[in-house]
Amino acid sequence: MNATHRNHRNAMLVIAIGLVLTATSAAAQQMDHSQHQMPPTRTEPAKPKPKPAIARDDKTNAGTSASSGDHATMQHDPAVPPGTKQDADGMSGMDHGAMQDDAMQGMDHSATQPENASQAPQNDTKPMSDMDHGAMQGMDYGAMGRAGPAPTEPRQPIPPLTDSERAAAFPDLVEHEHGQTIHSFFLLDKLEAFDADPGTGLTWEGLGWIGSDTNRLWLRSEGERSDGKTESADLEVLYGRSISPWWDVVAGVRHDFKPGASQSFAAFGVQGLAPQKFEIEATGYVGERGQTAARFAVEYDLPFSGRLILQPMVEANLYGKTDPLRGIGSGLSTAEVGLRLRYEFTRKFAPYIGVVYERAFGNTTDLRRDDFERVDDTRIVIGLRTWF
Amino acid sequence: MSFNSNAGSAGGPRHVSRRRFVQGLAAGGALAGLGLWVKPSWALKSPGQIEVLPGTEFQLSIGETPVNFTGRTRPAITLNGSLPAPILRWREGTTVNLRVGNALPAGSIHGDITSVHWHGILLPSNMDGAPGFSFDGIRRGEAYQYRFDVRQNGTYWYHSHSAMQEQAGLYGAIIIDAAEPEPFAYDRDYVVLLSDWTDLSPKALMNRLKKMSMHDNYYQRTVGDFFRDLREDGLKATLADRRMWGQMRMTPTDLSDVNANTYTYLMNGTTSLGNWTALFRSGEKVRLRFINGSAMTYFDVRIPGLKMTVVAADGQFVHPVSVDEFRIAVAETFDVIVEPSGQDAFTIFAQDMGRTGYISGTLAVREGLRAPVPAVDPRPILTLDDMEHGGMGGHGGHDMAKMQPSEAAPMAGMDHSQHGAASMPGMDHGGQGMAGMPGMDHGGGMQTHPASEQGNPLVDMQTMAPMSKLDDPGIGLRDNGRKVLTYAAMRTLFEDPDGREPGRTVELHLTGHMEKFAWSFDGIPFASAEPLRLNYGERMRIVLVNDTMMTHPIHLHGLWSDIEDDSGEFHLRKHVVDMPPGSKRGFRVRADALGRWPFHCHLLYHMESGMMREVRVEE
Repeated sequence: MNATHRNHRNAMLVIAIGLVLTATSAAAQQMDHSQHQMPPTRTEPAKPKPKPAIARDDKTNAGTSASSGDHATMQHDPAVPPGTKQDADGMSGMDHGAMQDDAMQGMDHSATQPENASQAPQNDTKPMSDMDHGAMQGMDYGAMGRAGPAPTEPRQPIPPLTDSERAAAFPDLVEHEHGQTIHSFFLLDKLEAFDADPGTGLTWEGLGWIGSDTNRLWLRSEGERSDGKTESADLEVLYGRSISPWWDVVAGVRHDFKPGASQSFAAFGVQGLAPQKFEIEATGYVGERGQTAARFAVEYDLPFSGRLILQPMVEANLYGKTDPLRGIGSGLSTAEVGLRLRYEFTRKFAPYIGVVYERAFGNTTDLRRDDFERVDDTRIVIGLRTWF
Repeated sequence: MSFNSNAGSAGGPRHVSRRRFVQGLAAGGALAGLGLWVKPSWALKSPGQIEVLPGTEFQLSIGETPVNFTGRTRPAITLNGSLPAPILRWREGTTVNLRVGNALPAGSIHGDITSVHWHGILLPSNMDGAPGFSFDGIRRGEAYQYRFDVRQNGTYWYHSHSAMQEQAGLYGAIIIDAAEPEPFAYDRDYVVLLSDWTDLSPKALMNRLKKMSMHDNYYQRTVGDFFRDLREDGLKATLADRRMWGQMRMTPTDLSDVNANTYTYLMNGTTSLGNWTALFRSGEKVRLRFINGSAMTYFDVRIPGLKMTVVAADGQFVHPVSVDEFRIAVAETFDVIVEPSGQDAFTIFAQDMGRTGYISGTLAVREGLRAPVPAVDPRPILTLDDMEHGGMGGHGGHDMAKMQPSEAAPMAGMDHSQHGAASMPGMDHGGQGMAGMPGMDHGGGMQTHPASEQGNPLVDMQTMAPMSKLDDPGIGLRDNGRKVLTYAAMRTLFEDPDGREPGRTVELHLTGHMEKFAWSFDGIPFASAEPLRLNYGERMRIVLVNDTMMTHPIHLHGLWSDIEDDSGEFHLRKHVVDMPPGSKRGFRVRADALGRWPFHCHLLYHMESGMMREVRVEE
């Protein structure tokens, strides 16, 4: 009894976590919007931006504004470069000017004539028209790239604008759609048969989503048929919202068609990809007549080759109250461990074989014994995984 | 900074799968529509070559054409019935008039609206051809008159900017003849346009990526790999490695989102079986204009037996650099000159970056010859160092204290080619190795991140200590015994035409969520992003930081992206800035073209899922 009570508390804890995370998601939503309004140019790094080597000299001096300032907002007046920077420029300009003289051998660029150098692009090319590799490689790296201090006016003047250019640049446009696109995914993770006693059993488990990258409508279903009749079947319809790159919170409803009379639950939970790529679903449920439940599932893909993949999984179901009519005991009710080996002929067509061990715990054990059912069961399954 | 071969795992590249065989059955090409278009008398066409349309007046019509590259017939979207679209040959200093009509049939899988974007061309923004920016697109039955002055020369390309049509065939080369003599000579001139074809409709592929982004990654590390690593690296290192990747919920085999499991690669619209062939006579200099017109595929290109001299990148002359191999990002162009001799045939070999397939063609003295086709290289896997993910558990990045400028300065002057090569071998997971490379960083220190990335469910990782990596050949190309092109090895032939220091710096982070296939800048997808505003005439700097484990080719329309070297100087003029994982690269922009310009990842499905911004140049 004591253990049962603890399990009950665990179930409630999962629900509580779900609720807290839902609240977090609301907060995340607000955050998103504020971010979206933020113009991209505001992304000022706290660290110095990458600066030319000459600016690095500044940094070693005293960390002057040129290297530590707010670069995104700092507008260098091209006519008046900051003094410290000019020093640095001047010095490196001298260095490079010297290098250039050596390498250029009389070509008419020079450190003191940036204006002439600006006309160089076409002229530069002429001495090379024979494509003398030796001469090319002999040139000093960087020799031609610079001609003294950076000019404050562009070498190639900025062309003045005409009214017709202004009109052409910003024409009236038909509204163009850039909205978020809606996508969908439906995965039939398990559709498998097993040898039931008597007859053949069938199990399914699937999920799907429709929506954007961060807001999705989720569908989940699982169930079992044995010897032509449905033993259990449920469908969950959930709204899911991404709260981090790897985790979604979900909230919605679960409807159990079987076992027993159908019943509905409110559902809250988290799902996502844990470190090491464990796929996790943890959901808490509050039912119509005060029943509570929790379901916890973990799956993992272990590739043996690009197409041969072993999928271990664990699933546990917990309930708050014993429900004899449905064969459900309070606390940890049932748990299942599965190992399925699939071969992906194509991504969409992956038959598999597997072994599944399922057993009841706590009160559920007693209920099963009362019904002359087995407490545990080992099944060999054969199935198909597909998606669309 | 390491190179780990993963070739031991099942499904290795040498294994010729049934699918690959089936792919090879179709030589490919447009089945119909040839002959629908009256060829102008000046069209230059030889067997196997793409039609060339020279001049200043062009009538272009976009329609649907059935094609067969895989054994199945599919409706491609084509221009003048051709895939790739005809080569447009312009001349610098002229004004071109291009009338582009939309002849897509009603109910086409490619939609009602089309467009043509002239990639890398300087022009008024309403001529740029990106619907929703300064242009509305071209509706069915209508035409748009493009008209602009040609103010540059070199190798460029054009493609649709609508409804993912560039995946389905709407791309072609642009050659602009220089007004002045070019700084190199050659006897023959060929376009080599690489692309990726899928029988899936682009929309279906987009949907699939959203459902299952890992669909094409059949190379996850296996239980067998685990035991091999255990044997080779020991228990501790193996467990630590698995723990870190597990912590990130990522896989180091994830090199490209879509690979040869989905794509059939094409060279000038021909499969490897079709063997596109360029003719030469021994001793001639042949100019090959490589264009990567793929939607999603990076190619590593080489011609076994030949050195390639790279003379232009993205249409702009560079100091000639001789290499064995180059990686061409999506939307980049490289002009190379080769001098084939001594053999009758050479294979032009382009394998995808993920090492899942290749496309080959032949340089030959006559039609019908072939040279041996090399095997695809072993598949590399990403290391944490590739992503400069130093903060995540004891790897290299935490050596940042050593990256003080005083130490960095002497390193910066090191010879770049040697620097990279010397540091690469044996740098497996090596924290200690990192200390050898501080000069590559723009100043060192841990990377900060914009507030919009914090707590953002669509940002699944952040880089901790990114570096420019300009002299890094790239994942899978390091230490392969071949001389591989790098950004550091290329340098624009002319000096900075603007010359001013950037007046300000804007840092933008490339962000994403692999599993959800959601991509963005700074964690904000295009749909909810504000434009990046530039003032007309200003010179500014954009610094990109790659916070993802994917490689992104970033393209700014209308304006050049002048990549800076590690000392912050003008280095390489580009229209696409390739951003490997864990890289941080700065480029200068001269805002001399008014209007609204797209700025985006040129991986088509990254752009479609949000990795795009508007750059608005205003007065």
